[in-house]
Amino acid sequence: MSESGAGITRDEVAHLALLARLAVTDEELDVFAGQLDVILGSVARVQEVAAPEVPPTSHSVPLTNVLRPDVVTPCLDRDAVLAAAPAAEDGRFRVPRILDEEA
Amino acid sequence: MADLTRMTGAELAAVIAAGETSAGEVARAHLDRIGAVDDRVRAFLHVDEEGAMAAARAVDDRRAAGAEPVSPLAGVPLALKDVIVTEGVPTTCGSRILSGWVPPYDAHVTERLKAAGIVVLGKTNMDEFAMGSSTENSAFGPSHNPWDLSRIPGGSSGGSSAAVSAFEAPLGIGTDTGGSIRQPAAVTGIVGHKPTYGGVSRYGLVAFSSSLDQAGPFARTVLDAALLHEAIAGHDPRDSTSINAPVPPVSAAARQGATGDLSGLRVAVVRELSGEGYEPGVEATTRDALARLEKLGATVHEVSCPSFAYALPAYYLIAPSECSSNLARFDGVRYGLRVGDDGTRSLETVMSLTREAGFGPEVKRRIILGTYALSSGYYEAYYGSAQKVRTLIVRDFARAFTGADVLVSPTTPTVAFPIGERVDDPIAMYAADLCTLPASLAGVPAISVPCGLARSKGSGDLPVGLQVMAPALADDRCYRVAAALEADRGGPLTGEAPAL
Amino acid sequence: MTATLTEDVAARYDPTIGLETHVELGTASKMFCGCPATFGAEPNTQVCPVCLGLPGSLPVANAAAVESTVRIGLALNCTIAEWCRFARKNYFYPDMPKNFQISQYDEPLCTDGWLDVEVGGQVVRVGIERVHLEEDTGKTLHVGGATGRIHGADHSLVDYNRAGIPLVEIVTKPVTGTGALAPQVARAYVTELRELLRGLGVSDVRMEQGSLRCDVNVSLSPAGSGVLGTRSETKNVNSLRSVERAVRFEIARQAAVLDAGGRVVQETRHFHEDTGETTPGRSKEEATDYRYFPEPDLVPLAPHPEWVEALRSTLPELPAVRRSRLAERLGATPFEMESMANAGVVDLVASTVDAGASPAEARNWWLGYLTQQANAAGVEPTELAIGPAQVARVIELVADGTLSTGLARQAVGGVLETGADVDTVVAERGLRRVSDVDALAAAVDEAIAAQPDVAEKVRGGKVAAAGALVGVVMKATRGQADPKLVRELVLSRLGAG
Repeated sequence: MSESGAGITRDEVAHLALLARLAVTDEELDVFAGQLDVILGSVARVQEVAAPEVPPTSHSVPLTNVLRPDVVTPCLDRDAVLAAAPAAEDGRFRVPRILDEEA
Repeated sequence: MADLTRMTGAELAAVIAAGETSAGEVARAHLDRIGAVDDRVRAFLHVDEEGAMAAARAVDDRRAAGAEPVSPLAGVPLALKDVIVTEGVPTTCGSRILSGWVPPYDAHVTERLKAAGIVVLGKTNMDEFAMGSSTENSAFGPSHNPWDLSRIPGGSSGGSSAAVSAFEAPLGIGTDTGGSIRQPAAVTGIVGHKPTYGGVSRYGLVAFSSSLDQAGPFARTVLDAALLHEAIAGHDPRDSTSINAPVPPVSAAARQGATGDLSGLRVAVVRELSGEGYEPGVEATTRDALARLEKLGATVHEVSCPSFAYALPAYYLIAPSECSSNLARFDGVRYGLRVGDDGTRSLETVMSLTREAGFGPEVKRRIILGTYALSSGYYEAYYGSAQKVRTLIVRDFARAFTGADVLVSPTTPTVAFPIGERVDDPIAMYAADLCTLPASLAGVPAISVPCGLARSKGSGDLPVGLQVMAPALADDRCYRVAAALEADRGGPLTGEAPAL
Repeated sequence: MTATLTEDVAARYDPTIGLETHVELGTASKMFCGCPATFGAEPNTQVCPVCLGLPGSLPVANAAAVESTVRIGLALNCTIAEWCRFARKNYFYPDMPKNFQISQYDEPLCTDGWLDVEVGGQVVRVGIERVHLEEDTGKTLHVGGATGRIHGADHSLVDYNRAGIPLVEIVTKPVTGTGALAPQVARAYVTELRELLRGLGVSDVRMEQGSLRCDVNVSLSPAGSGVLGTRSETKNVNSLRSVERAVRFEIARQAAVLDAGGRVVQETRHFHEDTGETTPGRSKEEATDYRYFPEPDLVPLAPHPEWVEALRSTLPELPAVRRSRLAERLGATPFEMESMANAGVVDLVASTVDAGASPAEARNWWLGYLTQQANAAGVEPTELAIGPAQVARVIELVADGTLSTGLARQAVGGVLETGADVDTVVAERGLRRVSDVDALAAAVDEAIAAQPDVAEKVRGGKVAAAGALVGVVMKATRGQADPKLVRELVLSRLGAG
């Protein structure tokens, strides 16, 4: 992969699309690679001020320990759930064959 | 009775409660208005006539039974952004990947609207999954600005904003991640507020960028927006980021602000939110607004928030990163679109074809960008660094608020731009958010209130919005200042809109 | 794979092992929603917008699950984080509704602990790297392939009942210096961990049901070199015995590779119960990049120190401490304690002693006949229909002569079959030992008459041959005769006693 701030190549975009399960077309790859290169160049500016002593903020709301009691609440009706499924069989969601071994 | 579609929400609720008209008539009037103008405004993706008339009937039945109205907005129609889940009513988030999806549950916001007797007329258009500033990223075509149909109504909540601006509903609900309530409000001449992050439950708000998303009110008047804010805000145990504190007294603040006395209020103008890229008309109108505030007793000074200049790059790293993860669930397995499953292909292929067909280009761009920014080896340089910029922005706000009660700026650098003008230039499109991004990243409340009209490159008069920002949980200050400005201007801007 | 092979390998290579264990917590509801966390319901009937990952859904953390994780960490001598966050682990798989798993990454709830295990009379301290909390995935059924496995399947079916159940992941530090005992150490660690978790009451830890899952990591380095080798990770290790077998196989396999001058590949392997072997899993050239980032929908966990200390003070006696106390009480050697622990019968033996039996007899019964019965029925000894009090009664009946050992087994068998108590079974089946001389005399005479040659031998002084006649009488009395008495009668009848 390219160094930070040095832009992004078409191959890298193709690899990322694969990771993100996006079957982008060749034309899209060309357009995206160009656009993303520009965007990355502009957002890389964050490194100018991201000094080591500055802590990151992941939550703007200063809450901690939000928990719920271990109590059972009503579930959805299975028919309603499966009605939305593109494919269902035997009360389960049906998917095409999985290529990879289980994680 | 005056034209029901020209009345405010508070006025409608009052005449319904007084029996001068029925919620059914009010709903009918607005449905008719939609029928008359929405072929040009294109605010709505789905009009739920049956649901609306049933909700109106419930309000009327309750009154007939002698009970008090359930809320100060009972019977008032509303346009709901299609990113909020509604049980039994299609929800698309402006995307092909969810066409046909009917949620089996209601969002918190939806439940609250129903509980308040508010009549949801339908689901409105939006940029796909809330990514955009114009609704041009909607899979179903853009909405049009009622002030000039050839121009954008803003985004991503452009549908709700256009609906309210076009008198199709007095109230609207949008969501704001980087400015998606405030900027449409500004360019369509209405009021739009982004609550303190955590102020309104995100349960049922389809996530774009989880640490930034907030649902909020649209209305033509500040008081209406405040009343709607109170209807939907408050703690929800189903949202872990929901603040457990009383809702700020926003309608009281709106009423107080309308009396026109801002003496003692310290207003600071953010230096970095001006200059290059800001249209002269916008800056002039903003200056006028500041002069009004001073006349009403406020003191205005300038403050510098240097980190705000990094808000745009930080946002365009944080939001795509979070969305690349939030949108991974759209894979054709459990709901929505599934493409290419002809029995020969693997699941991985079917997922990829589904997402390719189901997502538009902006969404794909942001997913790829976000995947990159989170990759090992790049996390520190991109996502990690952006989170540090966030800290700096929070600190700049804190420092600025030691010397000021509110911070102000234009809501967006330009008036509404023509449809098609920025669609092929993502960076130009992102620039619409320059002013709104800092408050999003810090989680502080911010309102956009109409402050005048301006022209741009051969346009007619187009609305300009003033953004008023306050510390976390001080939403009431935003409403107070907005109400004062509105009263001083003689009322809502939409009175001046060209007839559709 | 024999023990001697491992010893031979251990002379030339130092094995390093590591274990990753996933524990399904026995909470009432799931980790991030209120759906029931029970096993065995109809598919997709225990789901809601949250655990299905429907658009707009949000997680809210289960307080009991957090508490259980802290207790596990405390019991494993870990440091409990003062502040930590959940993180998203992003990857695509149909059993994961959101296509990311909410887990913990660089901020686990508990770190840096240990668990001591006893192997071959020695104490091995297994370091604990981390204990963290995450959510389980759904279950996928593969349809159309030969064995129901993923290869060759035509399509798959997904059930999300299990999705979202709280899972605690416990990761050991690399365990070195175990030499030839590495497989036993691995097994002893999982056994001890299981005891500990059971004692804490946080999970039913049933490996065959999947509430306790184990991955074993093995690497070899040339003896004395101090350089860690490349490790393999083996999954699908579903029993204590499999843990030991998988480690043993991997050590032998890797040694063979290295002996032949090859390189061990870093990979994920799959253990096969039937053959005791491991085979390579998916062949991925590079490790998956999970793109971890802090979960924005959940706020940080900051366990209050006072609360943590209060939990520490309410921890039950740890298994090792308990065993030492029991060893004294039961008068058992460490080896005997280890045998009982491995068979999962320590508590049962202790309770049987409490009910009045002698430690030796209690041990014999539980480690012997009863463990056999449990294995044959495919259940844990604790699940047998006979409990400690009843076993003590059986022992009492043998001691007072009412039952012989053989009759006692019949009685126990009857209890296991019918669930009735011992005395009832003995009465209903007439299992009492027959000691009445007159009743036996007839049987003895019959046996002598039926076996004249044997009888001659006995008369002639070959006392040992009497055994055959005793056997005949025992058979005729369905084992109920007192064999000593029968022998005396036979000998006296034949003038040899």
